[in-house]
Amino acid sequence: MSDVYIVGIDMIPFGRYPHRTVEQLGAEAALLALDDCGLSIGDMEALYCGNLMEAHLMVGQRILREIGQTGIPVTNTANACATGATAFREGVISIKAGLHDLVLAVGVEQMGRGLLGSVGRADGFVEEGVLGSSTMPAMFSQIGIEHARHYGTSFAQFAQIAVKNHHHSTMNPKAMSRRETPLEEVMAAEMIAWPNTKLMCSLNVDGAAAAVIASESAVRRLGLMDRAVRVRASELMSGPYTPHEFAIPDFSQVTRNCVGAAYERAGLGANDIDLIELHDCFATAEVVHYENLGLCADGDAGGLIDTGATALGGRIPVNVSGGLLSKGHPLGATGIANLYEVATHLRGDAGARQVDGARIGLTHVVGGTPNRGSACVIHILEKT
Amino acid sequence: MMSDEKLAPRPAVPFLHIDDAGAPYLAGSRCGACGAVAPGQRTVCNACGARSNIAAIRLGTQGKLYSYTVVHRSFPGVKTPFIAAIVDLEGGGAIKGTLLDVKPDPEAIAFDLPVDIVFRDTGQVAADGAPFLSYYFTPAGGAAE
Repeated sequence: MSDVYIVGIDMIPFGRYPHRTVEQLGAEAALLALDDCGLSIGDMEALYCGNLMEAHLMVGQRILREIGQTGIPVTNTANACATGATAFREGVISIKAGLHDLVLAVGVEQMGRGLLGSVGRADGFVEEGVLGSSTMPAMFSQIGIEHARHYGTSFAQFAQIAVKNHHHSTMNPKAMSRRETPLEEVMAAEMIAWPNTKLMCSLNVDGAAAAVIASESAVRRLGLMDRAVRVRASELMSGPYTPHEFAIPDFSQVTRNCVGAAYERAGLGANDIDLIELHDCFATAEVVHYENLGLCADGDAGGLIDTGATALGGRIPVNVSGGLLSKGHPLGATGIANLYEVATHLRGDAGARQVDGARIGLTHVVGGTPNRGSACVIHILEKT
Repeated sequence: MMSDEKLAPRPAVPFLHIDDAGAPYLAGSRCGACGAVAPGQRTVCNACGARSNIAAIRLGTQGKLYSYTVVHRSFPGVKTPFIAAIVDLEGGGAIKGTLLDVKPDPEAIAFDLPVDIVFRDTGQVAADGAPFLSYYFTPAGGAAE
């Protein structure tokens, strides 16, 4: 099987684009990714498109109508917050399978504002407040409190995640929010669901990101190896059974299963990773994923926060892009935007937030909804 | 003309059943192969894939608080704050729900708090006028009431 490479990758600045269509946003990202490697839509043999909110509305085809209807196969994917990464992975698989040499992956989303989800059921019953809560912040707060239950994690430790990621965002011109938020400000912000305050929740924004994925022979034929990034692992897992299955989706075991498969595929371990973009949809989530990804032993995530090990300049920088807390979280775009961030560091192009000497990076997205299930995608990328 | 007949309560979830005597309970299933307990009736076990020997059971009427959050911001029209709880049921299984009769303040909420599963009118009414009935959690024995 051929090694697989990213040869072109980019994202539009995440923000609010109420006057543009989802296909316009996706098309812009696609053209940026093509320009990044000097190729055209005519060179692409297939398109893998990730979009969640309009999953049944042929977003991939609509993007091609914006940038060139070449008639290539289009696969539209939806997989909760793992949507974009799932689309990218389908592209990787098509090259591994020998079907294609050059494919395009696009992740794009236009979000509403406010809390995700809806309040009423078809029979008119409002579950929220009666059957606990189904809001995303509530769910991820329960996961943080579960961590506190086992290890005594403090409100301040959770809040410190937001301080760190918002600090990183000041160096990323493509982040939606780019300002420092001191610990006192994070902790004093409006409480959304204990212990996540408003500044510990990701932003609902619009966004798009895209990647051109290539086989080794295509990279060599086109002379693109200089800036190519090798895909060492591309793993997808669904949530396995856990005893809490019907009370809360599993985000931890699915991450552990997925990263185990990724480390095995790449022949690498957590100690080999130079930077990580992980799924900080809420500050509490980042804490549990330190342990899920093997950055520290179970119970040591609080210590990792206290020592600054996951800040830029630390032992294992996490979310130097500013993370979803600062960049924003356009569901379908997030997975490819994470790949863009890591690839940018491996290419040495990350400017003020560059992780020095980065050779290997990991991206992680995990999503799910109450009483439905979860999906996790992990990629390991390597500088060529 | 309004009917004088009182409409039977409408369960808020499919696994809330009302027995012949009119008493509500939570229905579940237990897999004979792996022992997994799930809300509602099942023909295939989601834990091990077994397709037979799954027993219909009543879920526990008591449990312990596993995790929670205090929800301050919710969907428009939903009264906050409230405690969104995850409870491990006696006899197996876990469900989410709202914990009542405890101050919605982390300082007042203890892990492993023993709780009763109680059934109450939600105050919500279906289109046909039937009242929605749900389960809630309260401190065991009504100690804090």
